[in-house]
Amino acid sequence: MRLLTHNMLSSNIKGVTNGFPLLIEAEKFIEKTVDFNPDFLKNMYPKIEWKALVSAATSMGYNQLPEEVEPSMLESEEFLKKFHHALLELHLEEGALICPETGRRFAVIKGIPNMLLHEDEV
Amino acid sequence: MWYLCVFFHRLLDYRRPEVEALAQLFGAFEDGDDKNTLDWKLPELHHPDSPFHLVNLPSEDIAKSIANRSILVKGIYELWGEGSSYEELEEAIKAYPEERKLPYLASGTTFRIIVDSFGKAISFQEQNERIYGFKYIPFKGRVNLKNPEHKFWLIETDEYGSNNGLPPVVQRRIFFGREVGAADRKLLPTYELKSRKYLGPTAMDAEMAFLMANQALVTPGKLVYDPFVGTGSILVGAAHYGAMTMGADIDIRVVRDGRGPECNVWSNFEQYGLPMPVSLLRADNNLPPWRPGLKEVFDAIICDPPYGVRAGGRKSGGRKLLKGTVDPYTVPDDKRLDHIPSTAPYSLAECIHDLFELAARMLVMGGRLVFFYPVLREDGSTDTHFPEHPCFTLVAACEQILSFRYSRILLTMVKKGPYSEDIAEAAVKMHLDFRENHLKWLEDGKLHSAVFSPNDSQTASAESKLNKDSKPKYRGKYV
Repeated sequence: MRLLTHNMLSSNIKGVTNGFPLLIEAEKFIEKTVDFNPDFLKNMYPKIEWKALVSAATSMGYNQLPEEVEPSMLESEEFLKKFHHALLELHLEEGALICPETGRRFAVIKGIPNMLLHEDEV
Repeated sequence: MWYLCVFFHRLLDYRRPEVEALAQLFGAFEDGDDKNTLDWKLPELHHPDSPFHLVNLPSEDIAKSIANRSILVKGIYELWGEGSSYEELEEAIKAYPEERKLPYLASGTTFRIIVDSFGKAISFQEQNERIYGFKYIPFKGRVNLKNPEHKFWLIETDEYGSNNGLPPVVQRRIFFGREVGAADRKLLPTYELKSRKYLGPTAMDAEMAFLMANQALVTPGKLVYDPFVGTGSILVGAAHYGAMTMGADIDIRVVRDGRGPECNVWSNFEQYGLPMPVSLLRADNNLPPWRPGLKEVFDAIICDPPYGVRAGGRKSGGRKLLKGTVDPYTVPDDKRLDHIPSTAPYSLAECIHDLFELAARMLVMGGRLVFFYPVLREDGSTDTHFPEHPCFTLVAACEQILSFRYSRILLTMVKKGPYSEDIAEAAVKMHLDFRENHLKWLEDGKLHSAVFSPNDSQTASAESKLNKDSKPKYRGKYV
């Protein structure tokens, strides 16, 4: 699971109001090289919750992202490369996503988060 | 300018919409213009199912791009002449403006002439005779059979007295033109399902997956989502055209486990050297796990929803829903960690509702929703009433007949209206109604029984029909 996905997901258990961002419990993470596509990054940038991305990257051991961002930074290739690496190249292979409100674990196995709810959570 | 567009004789309903989608992709329509259809004509006395169509395109570059990317276009040609006999053809070619012809005939160029036919076979010797018959065209260039600069096509159709798959209204017609662009169908054998490593019972045919990607206007860097990803067969088509892909499925065995370490959704992309999906997840389309506030992220949503004929849909909350809310099912605390949640059947109406809700919220403006919708066929024709949503405008509906009783229609819709609070509220109300009246909605979706065990009256009428006139020879949309 890449951090792009993490940035889109929340815990949708019935009654939970603050299900985002999910905390990352990493047992195994890997890095995979992905083709650099600045247009895609510029497209995605306005849709990303930046704080959540920074903290997710930190919990995966990557702390090169700036805390504060503004759209003008998209002109900098150096920034885009870091953004690219954090968003697409860091993979959570094994571990879990933890609901910040209830502590419910959503297992991530073989890179695929299991977001399905139990019967009494819907 | 008008071009001759020759199609492969397949998926007849899908041909014009594909060209129109690609025309949009390659900028044939002006920005801000709501028009997204092209002007079409048929050759004299031709039936709409004929493979020969005339289409008006703004430029040769666009015509070439469309032909090269298309799956169903065999070729697009600048028509130099047509006629119902070789004498008429000669007259027409001679009358075609010199300034359009001479640049392609000049010395120093290379060319070849290809003889093709529809509905008949022309022997090698006859082909040569026909080529030598073109002495009246002043070709100054050299012949190059392997790699010519210009390809000229002579395409002949037959007089149809016989029933060779077309209605008998097609008249003999001969076309001669210069090839502007031709399709690359080599990619179909490469991607064909029989060599695909990981397959499921409803894996999407490669040709159809490419068509769906074309309808969705997939280009490099676009983000495409399939909420019923299965073995990823639809996303493979989108990834081939450079899309970033995301997929979800409710069945963990399909998305995560596959049939072993080298036989799963990931390996299907690896097999073709395509970039891996950006994300695969296990999620329920009925209760999607997107964070609040997330919207307008996907450029296209392409899917084949489970409509309960070959594969049935499932959603969360199985036992609880089936038992009703009086005695809710609770998972004991010590079993929570390894608990495998049960799922409940998912009616088609609810599934389509959820798909619209997802697409209305998550597609960018102008983004496309492309999905299959099943319809029952009664009296041989199909009901043309399709699901609607205030955010979406229907662009194309292409029917593929699957059996005597039902067919599936590929619907292409564009998001034209913004996702407003009113729409969100209405969707929540509808969602609750589906939950409360789960069993009633399930009964309403009787597609499976209608297809596999129709009631007596239907059988009777079908049989009497069969007896009356044996199956019609012409089965247009089957091909």
